[in-house]
Amino acid sequence: MRYAETGYNLEIDLSTGNIERVETDPRWTELYLGGLGTNAKIMWDRVPPETEPFSPDNLLIFSTGLLGGTPAVGANRTMITTISPQTQFMAYSMMGGFFAPEMKYAGYDKIIIRGKSPKLVYLWIKDDKVEIRDASHLAGKGAVETQELIKRELKEPRAHVAAIGLAGENRVFFASIEQGRSSASRQGLGAVMGDKGLKAIAVRGTTKDINVARPEEFIKLCDEVLEYTMWRQANPIPGQIPITAILGSPQEMLECDEKWHTENFVWGNARTRRKDFWSKEIEQKWTETQLNVRTRLISCYNCPLKCGALISVPGVARYMMKCFSKLTYTMAAYVDDLDFGFRIAQRATEYGIDGFSGPQVMAFAVELLEAGILTEKDFEGCPTDNEGRFYWLLDRIVRREGIGDVLADGTYWAAKKIGNGAEEFAHNNIRKQEQAPLKLGMLNPIYYLMYSTNEKGNITQIEGQFPQFAYPKLEQREAFVKDWFQVPDDRFKEYFLKWEPRGEFSMPFYPGIKECCEIVDWMERMHYIDDACGVCTGLSAFHLKPPYHIHNYPKIISAATGIDMDEEELTKISKRDRQLVRANNVRRGLRRADDTPPEDHWKKRFPEYEKQLLDAYFEFKGWNMDGVPTKESLQELDLAYVAEDFEQRGIYKDGED
Amino acid sequence: MAKIKKKIKTIRIDIEKCNGCRACEMICSAFHANPKYSSNNPERSRIRMVRDPLKDIYLPVYAGEYAAAECMGRDIYILDGREYEECAFCRAACPSRDLFHEPDSGLPIKCDMCEDEPPLEQPLCVKWCVNDALIYEEREEEVEEEENVDDVEIGLRSLVDKHGMEKLVDTIARMSQKG
Repeated sequence: MRYAETGYNLEIDLSTGNIERVETDPRWTELYLGGLGTNAKIMWDRVPPETEPFSPDNLLIFSTGLLGGTPAVGANRTMITTISPQTQFMAYSMMGGFFAPEMKYAGYDKIIIRGKSPKLVYLWIKDDKVEIRDASHLAGKGAVETQELIKRELKEPRAHVAAIGLAGENRVFFASIEQGRSSASRQGLGAVMGDKGLKAIAVRGTTKDINVARPEEFIKLCDEVLEYTMWRQANPIPGQIPITAILGSPQEMLECDEKWHTENFVWGNARTRRKDFWSKEIEQKWTETQLNVRTRLISCYNCPLKCGALISVPGVARYMMKCFSKLTYTMAAYVDDLDFGFRIAQRATEYGIDGFSGPQVMAFAVELLEAGILTEKDFEGCPTDNEGRFYWLLDRIVRREGIGDVLADGTYWAAKKIGNGAEEFAHNNIRKQEQAPLKLGMLNPIYYLMYSTNEKGNITQIEGQFPQFAYPKLEQREAFVKDWFQVPDDRFKEYFLKWEPRGEFSMPFYPGIKECCEIVDWMERMHYIDDACGVCTGLSAFHLKPPYHIHNYPKIISAATGIDMDEEELTKISKRDRQLVRANNVRRGLRRADDTPPEDHWKKRFPEYEKQLLDAYFEFKGWNMDGVPTKESLQELDLAYVAEDFEQRGIYKDGED
Repeated sequence: MAKIKKKIKTIRIDIEKCNGCRACEMICSAFHANPKYSSNNPERSRIRMVRDPLKDIYLPVYAGEYAAAECMGRDIYILDGREYEECAFCRAACPSRDLFHEPDSGLPIKCDMCEDEPPLEQPLCVKWCVNDALIYEEREEEVEEEENVDDVEIGLRSLVDKHGMEKLVDTIARMSQKG
């Protein structure tokens, strides 16, 4: 019997209409766990580096995590993988909600889609019955609206539907996949789905029971996670801003206090910091706006945290929101009224675009207009107020009309097309993708490494375990480390105790290079485990002192699956998965030069020190100075086949490795 | 018949507090798996959510008695401007809908308040509902003694209703001869 997983993938070829249920190799679970890990393995085996994002040979994989659908709290994530049209690398964006557990109960660990449908279709998966159905009547429909229409026409209110909007249909490079209260937004997965002619996937699972290997032991561990989660919510960490003091993904719908984001993140095209923005008046007005439109705080499957919300803005259709997109449009458009943020996000959610890249692309266009690089002719018919311009741009981008067609490829590719100095304005990218709008003073070596090497394309998806800033007083630091049992080793407590906001033991030179490597590696490791297990980082790697950590994860995985597991073995698997993701991208051309944060991310930069940092981290990760995993490190992780491939392709330079 | 003291077990449902996570369904089906917690599948749960997020509808419903026949009419409730689907509040496992029937056998299921030996402090759906949409309450009442009908009998009764006593007896006799 297979435990935790179903042991089957659903393979669908949209070109031929062929549908197969394929048994998976249990050995892969031992080597890669599942979720992102096995996605990376499938991409490695089946998507050669020549494959273009919009080729029928590109795969689009919807994957559950290893623990998805088990009683493990918050194990509900769907990991979606494909080749990104924007970065040209392997994209792995993910979403919470209810989709992955429903897939498991229908009997599938993954849905693997290849080929292209000649006409717009959607998939209907009900247990063993899988149909490719006509979706021509859904063309142009909103991503939220589509989910409702499909459930209605199938007469299946309990189905869960992942859908694209107009942006995905028109292959906008930052199109999202929307599902219930969640979305997989980064890196243009929705564009690939649209390119495949796939409007939506509806799934309903009724027949498959998800088994666990050692039930009594497993349920006790789940109980402990739930109990600790609620204790953490009731005991916010002193000295932290609201969203890092408590758990959640983060709790942007609950919290109205946005002093930290509005004053520390930058406005417009990732330009201006407004240090005195959060006045009493703004606080009152914004709080009122949020409470008025927030109908209910809601959760994902089997999770007590209410990170999402049903949003009812008068005059527009209801939608669900979570996280940071309430602010991204408002701040990028330079609008001081949060009501605008909730209104435009409704339209953007129906169109299905990424709430990070989308607003920044629009702000970029406005800047180009102001700089005279784009002209009034490009903006013919566009209103002149900040709000009106954003709506106008949004409508054009998702339809690829006029200047919108150029902008729909994101700032990097648009700037290349526009030329005439436009490239200077696409200034906030890593690997051709728009990043969180942050521009800070002093180089932060921990974040420097995360930004540089994080291939997920979203900084919040790699940070978390280590505090973002030093506490001024030793007593505060001592209090912090007292119940910090999540550390893999007590030396992490020492690093924090020694760390000061100013003086000898402060940034950028403390934590030192070795310490930074260890801290970043720990944070990344926990994210890789989450992404393989399908556990939400809001209960885990994104947070300080989370309920899931390196000490209980091996026990949880082992009790669920029956696979022997300890911290060492789990760490090894996470490294293997990490190398495999890197390897997929190296084979597609990723090198050290791609590991570069935006030039203006910090005002005070230390090029020589940054080089030392990156050198050290590469070595720590088992990569050569080009950022390529070494033959030796690959062999240690049973990835000799990757090293062989690198050799055959001449990726290792002469005399190296 | 003699009067006896009976423990009345109630679950108070505050739908305004429900966050829609369906942990109640998950843990119910896990508890009732055999062996306990060895598997889960919300379709086997004795509590189900009527859930329509965009309409702000979150209604946990417990499986009640098995009903041999469907009602002559259906009901639709509108509360606080929210229109609930047909028969949303009904707890019966009835022939008009799939709800509260085992997905494999079609046999009806019923909430047993997580009866266990030794007894649990509260049903597990309540324990896992940490947002307190479900609150467990107990009180004692004097009632006439009555015969307890166990799960097997409920299941058999529904089969009698469906296929007739004669056919059922024949089938069981045949099955027992086969061993």
